[in-house]
Amino acid sequence: MSVSSKDLRSPLSRARGLGSAKEGVQHFWVQRVSAVALVPLTLWFVFSIARLATGAADYAAVEYWVSAPSVAVTLVLFLIATLYHSMLGVQVVVEDYVSGEGAKLTVLMLSKFVHMIAAAAGIFAVLKVALA
Amino acid sequence: MSTKTPADPRPLSPFMLGQYYRFQWTSLLSFAHRITGIGLTIGAFLVVGWLIALAGGPQAYGMISTHVGAWYGQVLLFCWTWALMYHLGNGIRHLFWDVGMGFDLKAAERSGYAVVVASLVLTAAAWAVAYIG
Repeated sequence: MSVSSKDLRSPLSRARGLGSAKEGVQHFWVQRVSAVALVPLTLWFVFSIARLATGAADYAAVEYWVSAPSVAVTLVLFLIATLYHSMLGVQVVVEDYVSGEGAKLTVLMLSKFVHMIAAAAGIFAVLKVALA
Repeated sequence: MSTKTPADPRPLSPFMLGQYYRFQWTSLLSFAHRITGIGLTIGAFLVVGWLIALAGGPQAYGMISTHVGAWYGQVLLFCWTWALMYHLGNGIRHLFWDVGMGFDLKAAERSGYAVVVASLVLTAAAWAVAYIG
Protein backbone atom coordinates (compact mmCIF):
# COMPACT_ATOMS: atom_id res chain seq x y z
CA MET A 1 0.00 0.00 0.00
CA SER A 2 1.48 3.35 -1.02
CA VAL A 3 1.38 6.13 1.51
CA SER A 4 0.25 9.46 0.14
CA SER A 5 2.28 12.49 1.17
CA LYS A 6 -1.08 14.24 1.69
CA ASP A 7 -2.11 11.72 4.36
CA LEU A 8 -2.57 13.66 7.58
CA ARG A 9 -2.61 10.61 9.82
CA SER A 10 0.43 9.77 11.89
CA PRO A 11 2.33 6.57 11.04
CA LEU A 12 1.08 5.06 14.32
CA SER A 13 -2.56 5.81 13.47
CA ARG A 14 -2.07 4.31 10.02
CA ALA A 15 -0.50 1.17 11.47
CA ARG A 16 -3.34 0.73 13.95
CA GLY A 17 -5.84 1.14 11.12
CA LEU A 18 -8.74 1.82 13.44
CA GLY A 19 -10.31 4.72 11.52
CA SER A 20 -12.49 7.50 12.86
CA ALA A 21 -14.87 5.16 14.70
CA LYS A 22 -11.85 3.66 16.60
CA GLU A 23 -13.17 0.25 15.65
CA GLY A 24 -11.36 -0.74 12.45
CA VAL A 25 -12.47 -4.11 11.09
CA GLN A 26 -13.44 -5.40 14.55
CA HIS A 27 -17.18 -5.64 13.78
CA PHE A 28 -16.57 -7.26 10.40
CA TRP A 29 -14.16 -9.76 11.88
CA VAL A 30 -16.19 -10.89 14.90
CA GLN A 31 -19.27 -11.24 12.68
CA ARG A 32 -17.29 -13.64 10.47
CA VAL A 33 -15.84 -15.55 13.43
CA SER A 34 -19.31 -16.07 14.90
CA ALA A 35 -20.62 -17.01 11.41
CA VAL A 36 -17.99 -19.73 11.00
CA ALA A 37 -18.71 -21.07 14.49
CA LEU A 38 -22.43 -21.12 13.73
CA VAL A 39 -22.12 -23.36 10.65
CA PRO A 40 -21.56 -26.60 12.62
CA LEU A 41 -23.46 -25.40 15.71
CA THR A 42 -26.63 -24.58 13.74
CA LEU A 43 -26.62 -27.86 11.79
CA TRP A 44 -26.07 -29.74 15.06
CA PHE A 45 -28.94 -27.88 16.76
CA VAL A 46 -31.46 -28.30 13.92
CA PHE A 47 -30.81 -32.00 13.39
CA SER A 48 -30.70 -32.73 17.13
CA ILE A 49 -34.10 -31.07 17.58
CA ALA A 50 -35.41 -32.95 14.53
CA ARG A 51 -34.26 -36.24 16.06
CA LEU A 52 -35.91 -35.34 19.37
CA ALA A 53 -39.13 -34.55 17.50
CA THR A 54 -39.14 -38.09 16.09
CA GLY A 55 -39.47 -39.26 19.67
CA ALA A 56 -42.40 -36.82 20.21
CA ALA A 57 -40.12 -34.27 21.95
CA ASP A 58 -41.86 -34.67 25.28
CA TYR A 59 -40.54 -32.99 28.40
CA ALA A 60 -38.65 -36.03 29.71
CA ALA A 61 -36.88 -36.66 26.37
CA VAL A 62 -35.76 -33.04 25.97
CA GLU A 63 -34.71 -32.77 29.62
CA TYR A 64 -32.67 -35.97 29.27
CA TRP A 65 -31.05 -34.62 26.11
CA VAL A 66 -30.10 -31.24 27.64
CA SER A 67 -28.72 -32.84 30.82
CA ALA A 68 -25.96 -34.64 28.92
CA PRO A 69 -22.79 -32.59 29.62
CA SER A 70 -21.67 -32.48 25.98
CA VAL A 71 -25.11 -31.31 24.87
CA ALA A 72 -25.34 -28.67 27.60
CA VAL A 73 -21.91 -27.26 26.75
CA THR A 74 -22.67 -27.23 23.01
CA LEU A 75 -26.04 -25.57 23.68
CA VAL A 76 -24.31 -22.82 25.69
CA LEU A 77 -21.85 -22.28 22.82
CA PHE A 78 -24.74 -22.23 20.34
CA LEU A 79 -26.58 -19.61 22.44
CA ILE A 80 -23.51 -17.39 22.79
CA ALA A 81 -22.60 -17.58 19.07
CA THR A 82 -26.22 -17.10 17.93
CA LEU A 83 -27.04 -14.15 20.17
CA TYR A 84 -23.67 -12.49 19.54
CA HIS A 85 -24.07 -12.90 15.77
CA SER A 86 -27.67 -11.66 16.03
CA MET A 87 -26.59 -8.62 18.04
CA LEU A 88 -24.00 -7.70 15.39
CA GLY A 89 -26.52 -8.23 12.60
CA VAL A 90 -29.21 -6.11 14.25
CA GLN A 91 -26.61 -3.37 14.74
CA VAL A 92 -25.93 -3.23 10.99
CA VAL A 93 -29.64 -3.12 10.16
CA VAL A 94 -30.28 -0.37 12.71
CA GLU A 95 -27.31 1.66 11.47
CA ASP A 96 -28.64 1.34 7.92
CA TYR A 97 -32.27 2.27 8.51
CA VAL A 98 -32.53 4.34 11.70
CA SER A 99 -31.26 7.77 10.69
CA GLY A 100 -31.88 9.98 13.75
CA GLU A 101 -28.80 9.90 15.99
CA GLY A 102 -30.80 9.75 19.23
CA ALA A 103 -33.17 7.07 18.01
CA LYS A 104 -30.28 5.07 16.56
CA LEU A 105 -28.30 5.07 19.84
CA THR A 106 -31.41 4.20 21.84
CA VAL A 107 -32.34 1.25 19.61
CA LEU A 108 -28.73 0.01 19.49
CA MET A 109 -28.41 0.11 23.27
CA LEU A 110 -31.79 -1.57 23.71
CA SER A 111 -30.79 -4.31 21.27
CA LYS A 112 -27.54 -4.95 23.14
CA PHE A 113 -29.34 -5.12 26.49
CA VAL A 114 -32.03 -7.47 25.19
CA HIS A 115 -29.43 -9.77 23.58
CA MET A 116 -27.33 -9.87 26.75
CA ILE A 117 -30.39 -10.61 28.89
CA ALA A 118 -31.47 -13.37 26.50
CA ALA A 119 -27.98 -14.88 26.55
CA ALA A 120 -27.80 -14.84 30.36
CA ALA A 121 -31.32 -16.28 30.74
CA GLY A 122 -30.75 -18.95 28.08
CA ILE A 123 -27.43 -20.08 29.53
CA PHE A 124 -28.90 -20.14 33.04
CA ALA A 125 -31.84 -22.26 31.81
CA VAL A 126 -29.51 -24.79 30.18
CA LEU A 127 -27.33 -25.01 33.32
CA LYS A 128 -30.38 -25.34 35.56
CA VAL A 129 -31.61 -28.34 33.57
CA ALA A 130 -28.13 -29.84 33.15
CA LEU A 131 -27.13 -29.49 36.83
CA ALA A 132 -30.50 -30.42 38.33
CA MET B 1 -24.83 9.98 8.49
CA SER B 2 -26.06 13.57 8.40
CA THR B 3 -29.19 14.32 10.37
CA LYS B 4 -29.95 17.34 8.17
CA THR B 5 -32.83 17.07 5.75
CA PRO B 6 -31.57 17.36 2.20
CA ALA B 7 -32.99 20.21 0.09
CA ASP B 8 -33.96 17.71 -2.55
CA PRO B 9 -35.70 14.77 -0.85
CA ARG B 10 -34.16 12.01 -2.92
CA PRO B 11 -35.44 8.45 -2.63
CA LEU B 12 -33.18 6.38 -0.40
CA SER B 13 -32.55 2.67 -0.17
CA PRO B 14 -34.48 0.43 0.54
CA PHE B 15 -37.39 2.50 -0.80
CA MET B 16 -36.07 2.54 -4.36
CA LEU B 17 -37.25 -0.95 -5.19
CA GLY B 18 -39.53 -1.36 -8.17
CA GLN B 19 -39.46 2.25 -9.34
CA TYR B 20 -35.73 2.85 -9.62
CA TYR B 21 -34.00 -0.48 -9.40
CA ARG B 22 -34.24 -3.23 -12.00
CA PHE B 23 -35.13 -6.62 -10.56
CA GLN B 24 -32.06 -8.79 -10.01
CA TRP B 25 -31.86 -12.34 -8.72
CA THR B 26 -28.78 -11.55 -6.68
CA SER B 27 -30.36 -8.55 -4.95
CA LEU B 28 -33.46 -10.62 -4.14
CA LEU B 29 -31.16 -13.10 -2.37
CA SER B 30 -29.46 -10.22 -0.59
CA PHE B 31 -32.79 -8.92 0.78
CA ALA B 32 -33.69 -12.46 1.74
CA HIS B 33 -30.46 -12.73 3.74
CA ARG B 34 -31.31 -9.63 5.75
CA ILE B 35 -35.00 -10.48 6.17
CA THR B 36 -34.26 -14.04 7.30
CA GLY B 37 -31.59 -12.59 9.61
CA ILE B 38 -34.15 -10.37 11.33
CA GLY B 39 -36.58 -13.28 11.53
CA LEU B 40 -33.88 -15.49 13.03
CA THR B 41 -33.17 -12.87 15.70
CA ILE B 42 -36.78 -13.30 16.82
CA GLY B 43 -36.22 -17.05 16.50
CA ALA B 44 -33.18 -16.88 18.79
CA PHE B 45 -35.34 -15.25 21.47
CA LEU B 46 -37.93 -18.00 20.97
CA VAL B 47 -35.25 -20.66 21.52
CA VAL B 48 -34.31 -18.90 24.77
CA GLY B 49 -38.01 -18.85 25.73
CA TRP B 50 -38.24 -22.57 24.99
CA LEU B 51 -35.19 -23.30 27.19
CA ILE B 52 -36.61 -21.16 30.02
CA ALA B 53 -39.85 -23.13 29.78
CA LEU B 54 -37.85 -26.36 29.88
CA ALA B 55 -36.05 -25.18 33.01
CA GLY B 56 -39.43 -24.20 34.47
CA GLY B 57 -40.62 -27.81 34.54
CA PRO B 58 -43.15 -30.03 32.74
CA GLN B 59 -46.08 -27.63 33.14
CA ALA B 60 -44.30 -24.58 31.68
CA TYR B 61 -42.82 -26.75 28.94
CA GLY B 62 -46.25 -28.15 28.12
CA MET B 63 -47.61 -24.65 27.57
CA ILE B 64 -45.00 -24.09 24.86
CA SER B 65 -45.09 -27.54 23.27
CA THR B 66 -48.88 -27.29 22.78
CA HIS B 67 -48.27 -24.36 20.43
CA VAL B 68 -45.25 -26.01 18.81
CA GLY B 69 -47.31 -29.10 18.04
CA ALA B 70 -50.33 -27.17 16.69
CA TRP B 71 -50.65 -26.66 12.92
CA TYR B 72 -49.60 -22.98 13.11
CA GLY B 73 -46.60 -23.93 15.24
CA GLN B 74 -45.52 -26.53 12.70
CA VAL B 75 -45.98 -24.08 9.79
CA LEU B 76 -43.90 -21.47 11.65
CA LEU B 77 -41.28 -24.08 12.49
CA PHE B 78 -41.09 -25.16 8.84
CA CYS B 79 -40.60 -21.57 7.60
CA TRP B 80 -38.11 -21.05 10.42
CA THR B 81 -36.12 -24.13 9.38
CA TRP B 82 -35.93 -22.84 5.81
CA ALA B 83 -34.94 -19.32 6.95
CA LEU B 84 -32.18 -20.80 9.11
CA MET B 85 -30.87 -23.03 6.32
CA TYR B 86 -31.03 -20.24 3.77
CA HIS B 87 -29.21 -17.77 6.04
CA LEU B 88 -26.63 -20.46 6.80
CA GLY B 89 -26.04 -21.30 3.13
CA ASN B 90 -26.00 -17.71 1.97
CA GLY B 91 -23.74 -16.84 4.90
CA ILE B 92 -21.23 -19.40 3.61
CA ARG B 93 -21.60 -17.73 0.17
CA HIS B 94 -20.69 -14.44 1.84
CA LEU B 95 -17.65 -16.04 3.52
CA PHE B 96 -16.36 -17.15 0.10
CA TRP B 97 -16.84 -13.61 -1.22
CA ASP B 98 -14.94 -12.29 1.81
CA VAL B 99 -11.87 -14.23 0.72
CA GLY B 100 -12.37 -13.00 -2.86
CA MET B 101 -13.84 -16.15 -4.39
CA GLY B 102 -16.82 -16.33 -6.77
CA PHE B 103 -17.29 -12.60 -6.92
CA ASP B 104 -18.02 -12.16 -10.64
CA LEU B 105 -21.66 -11.83 -11.70
CA LYS B 106 -22.08 -15.25 -13.33
CA ALA B 107 -20.54 -17.05 -10.35
CA ALA B 108 -22.64 -15.02 -7.89
CA GLU B 109 -25.83 -15.93 -9.76
CA ARG B 110 -24.89 -19.61 -9.89
CA SER B 111 -23.89 -19.79 -6.21
CA GLY B 112 -27.23 -18.10 -5.44
CA TYR B 113 -29.13 -20.91 -7.15
CA ALA B 114 -26.98 -23.45 -5.33
CA VAL B 115 -27.77 -21.83 -1.96
CA VAL B 116 -31.54 -21.88 -2.59
CA VAL B 117 -31.44 -25.53 -3.66
CA ALA B 118 -29.25 -26.45 -0.68
CA SER B 119 -31.58 -24.62 1.74
CA LEU B 120 -34.58 -26.57 0.41
CA VAL B 121 -32.71 -29.89 0.56
CA LEU B 122 -31.51 -29.27 4.14
CA THR B 123 -35.01 -28.18 5.23
CA ALA B 124 -36.51 -31.32 3.68
CA ALA B 125 -33.79 -33.43 5.34
CA ALA B 126 -34.46 -31.94 8.80
CA TRP B 127 -38.21 -32.53 8.45
CA ALA B 128 -37.66 -36.03 7.13
CA VAL B 129 -35.62 -36.75 10.27
CA ALA B 130 -38.34 -35.22 12.44
CA TYR B 131 -41.24 -37.11 10.87
CA ILE B 132 -39.69 -40.33 9.63
CA GLY B 133 -36.67 -40.69 11.92
